[in-house]
Amino acid sequence: MQAQALSGGFADPATQSAHAFRSIMEAMARPGTLHGVSGALPPAPLSRAAGAVLLTLCDTETPAYLAGGANCDAVHAWLAFHTGVPLVGPSHCRFAVGSWSALTPLSAYPIGTSEYPDRSATLIVECPELTDSGEILTGPGIRNNAALSLPEVAAFQSNHALFPLGLDFIFTCGDRLAALPRSTKVCAPMGATEVTPCM
Amino acid sequence: MTDYNFAYLDEQTKRMIRRAILKGLAIPGYQVPFASREMPMPYGWGTGGVQVSAAVLTPEDTFKVIDQGADDTTNAVSIRTFFERTAGVETTTTTCDASVIQTRHRIPEEPLSEGQILVYQVPIPEPLRFLEPRESETRKMHSLEEYGLMHVKLYEDISRHGHIATSYAYPVKVEGRYVMDPSPIPKFDNPKLGDMAAIQLFGAGREQRIYALPPYTQVVSLDFEDHPFEASKADHPCGMCGAIDSYLDELIIDDTGGRMFVCSDTDFCEARQLAGHKGKDAA
Amino acid sequence: MYVAVKGGERAIENAHAWLAEERRGDMDIAELGIAQIREQLSLAVNRVMAEGSLYDPDLAALAIKQARGDLIEAIFLIRAYRTTLPRFGASEPVDTGAMTCDRRISATFKDLPGGQVLGPTFDYTHRLLDFKLAADGDVPEAPSREAAADSVPHVTEFLNHEGLIEEAPQEDTPPPDLTREPLETPAERALRLQALTRADEGFILGLAYSTQRGYARNHAFVGELRIGSVAVKMEIPELGFAVEIGEVTLTECETINQFKGSKTEPPQFTRGYGLVFGQTERKAISMALVDRALRWEELGEDNVGAPAQDAEFVLYHADNIQATGFLEHIKLPHYVDFQSELELVRKLRREAGVDQVQEAAE
Repeated sequence: MQAQALSGGFADPATQSAHAFRSIMEAMARPGTLHGVSGALPPAPLSRAAGAVLLTLCDTETPAYLAGGANCDAVHAWLAFHTGVPLVGPSHCRFAVGSWSALTPLSAYPIGTSEYPDRSATLIVECPELTDSGEILTGPGIRNNAALSLPEVAAFQSNHALFPLGLDFIFTCGDRLAALPRSTKVCAPMGATEVTPCM
Repeated sequence: MTDYNFAYLDEQTKRMIRRAILKGLAIPGYQVPFASREMPMPYGWGTGGVQVSAAVLTPEDTFKVIDQGADDTTNAVSIRTFFERTAGVETTTTTCDASVIQTRHRIPEEPLSEGQILVYQVPIPEPLRFLEPRESETRKMHSLEEYGLMHVKLYEDISRHGHIATSYAYPVKVEGRYVMDPSPIPKFDNPKLGDMAAIQLFGAGREQRIYALPPYTQVVSLDFEDHPFEASKADHPCGMCGAIDSYLDELIIDDTGGRMFVCSDTDFCEARQLAGHKGKDAA
Repeated sequence: MYVAVKGGERAIENAHAWLAEERRGDMDIAELGIAQIREQLSLAVNRVMAEGSLYDPDLAALAIKQARGDLIEAIFLIRAYRTTLPRFGASEPVDTGAMTCDRRISATFKDLPGGQVLGPTFDYTHRLLDFKLAADGDVPEAPSREAAADSVPHVTEFLNHEGLIEEAPQEDTPPPDLTREPLETPAERALRLQALTRADEGFILGLAYSTQRGYARNHAFVGELRIGSVAVKMEIPELGFAVEIGEVTLTECETINQFKGSKTEPPQFTRGYGLVFGQTERKAISMALVDRALRWEELGEDNVGAPAQDAEFVLYHADNIQATGFLEHIKLPHYVDFQSELELVRKLRREAGVDQVQEAAE
């Protein structure tokens, strides 16, 4: 376990985190677009993409919450060695990582304050699959509309309704990621069995 | 400069700036506080833009710096050299070849594309600052969406002068929510802010704020129904390339006050001249 | 025909070369050494360390040399260097009560444990130019004696025994750090003190002076001013205890301020506090006065609208590196914004009919 904790970080942090950040930034700036990230080999159950996001954005200044299966000794040791990120519960975290079912309900996370809406959590959602199809996205960063396979619809609609407060999401799957900021409007795809009206 | 990290800043500082950029993109037009570092250039000379550029650059980027639209103004040269040295990135003066463009006071004439990032240097990020000097107050005003004071100020201009007497750093409203300072670009450039294909990032070092406009964001210059916003420029063609739709610098060319007008965007003007366009003052 | 101005790069290179030449001055005159600056311009070195927030006399001396004696420029060099340094940890709070004092005076008690020690001060020099110095700087050795082994307790402790001065409760939470977090108001006292200790000496002096002249007058007595060296200790986690890692010279000023009491506080003396790197007593006294003025709210005093009471005003304008950068940036090209103003003024004048009137007069 020790050896695993020490390995799997960025071999060239300055360059690899610069590349990973550009992918994350492009994803956040253009909701619904998919981007590759590489360079991180975190222990299971973390995906390589989630590992790269954590290495790129987290450090001793950003308390993080590990949800469900992500909250294991191997991940603790790996994050402690490579980021020094302090682990906390969901209500005080800046970042959270885990599967959608482990991360929910969203009411547990800080959504910022009206004077400081930026003081809100970013959730790194590990997804079994991630494609640019499914739920319809509109809003800043999107020319007409975009599509993204989201784990559900209603939670993102109520999150958007909090704007400018709210949570931001980075979806990870293998070595790919996409993002959904609070500014994005989410609708169920046309022909969905359970119709969720646009919010 | 090999003693310094890639793009000068240490990794922890870059992470802090990167986190601020992401929150900025998620809340378009909202000013995210960040712990701006002391840079080896003075506050007010682009330290915010430089920190944002340093946080987004990768070694493969091609970097362009303009000041007043021009690549060869001294401060643009100085910042370009800084990144050549500290990040080893390719630099260019050609707008369409650049992946990251740092700018002071202009948006290039040529429309930017999806792969590009435009980084603005911002002196005073707070659009309400000239109405209310206290940060504690303006922060409250933004939180309550209390922008009445701004409209009153603009309307006072109209009743006094018949026009809104703001010609640069003209305030805009982003996605119907935050009033934002677009940095001291001439209002001629304001219409380019909205629906832009490129990512726009704004860095104010001394004032410790970062804000952002994702691509295709709705940006509206503040105005009134009876006094709609009007982008204006000197009513002349460029003396060098003959362009009639570009923003112009006014030059005094002799001691009797003779004037000529030239594109402020040097790359745009040179490309037109190379393509054979010729203004009345060109050789 | 017009040829566009080019060559910013060459202009910058040439300017730098000329600057280097001017810095060196007449080559027939011996060059200044870093050690000379450190030893003979030590108060300049102290100011650069204090406002640069970096305790390193040699680097400060180098910065002064490089900056041609422009202290704000030297402070800027130190600040820019400082931000690139890695942080290994935080020291324990220094114990100024255990200071080895070179100077220690009290304006409130004629004599007191530890005594009054004038130390190397300009205070009672007659400000007459010493033309001897122009020729020969050698000085006879100053008389000396063994340092007294007695402790030098803080004056305010005596008042505290009697309950005559407000408590200064010990705080164990780490203070905020404005070099790592964006400044936010309202700012707690620890953050204000950090801003004041690295603030521009002239700005703080002016504010302190304004309180004396009646803009939030707070009747300060210099309870004590002490200058000397203190040990810096740091806890090493591997060892489990603190070890001394060095020594710094500090100036500490505690003012005792008259206080009639307020709705929330009984009549008692209150405190203002100044602590600055190096021998920098003008700055330390100024800092204590401004600190006291900024405490109006917690002491339940009236806000009389004085500049020195306005924390937001003081904190946002006290840093000379921020101020000088922004002030001087107006030298940079503003062709574009000026052009837009030019067009606007022309348009407004046209519409006001001013230009027609002038043309008619011609």
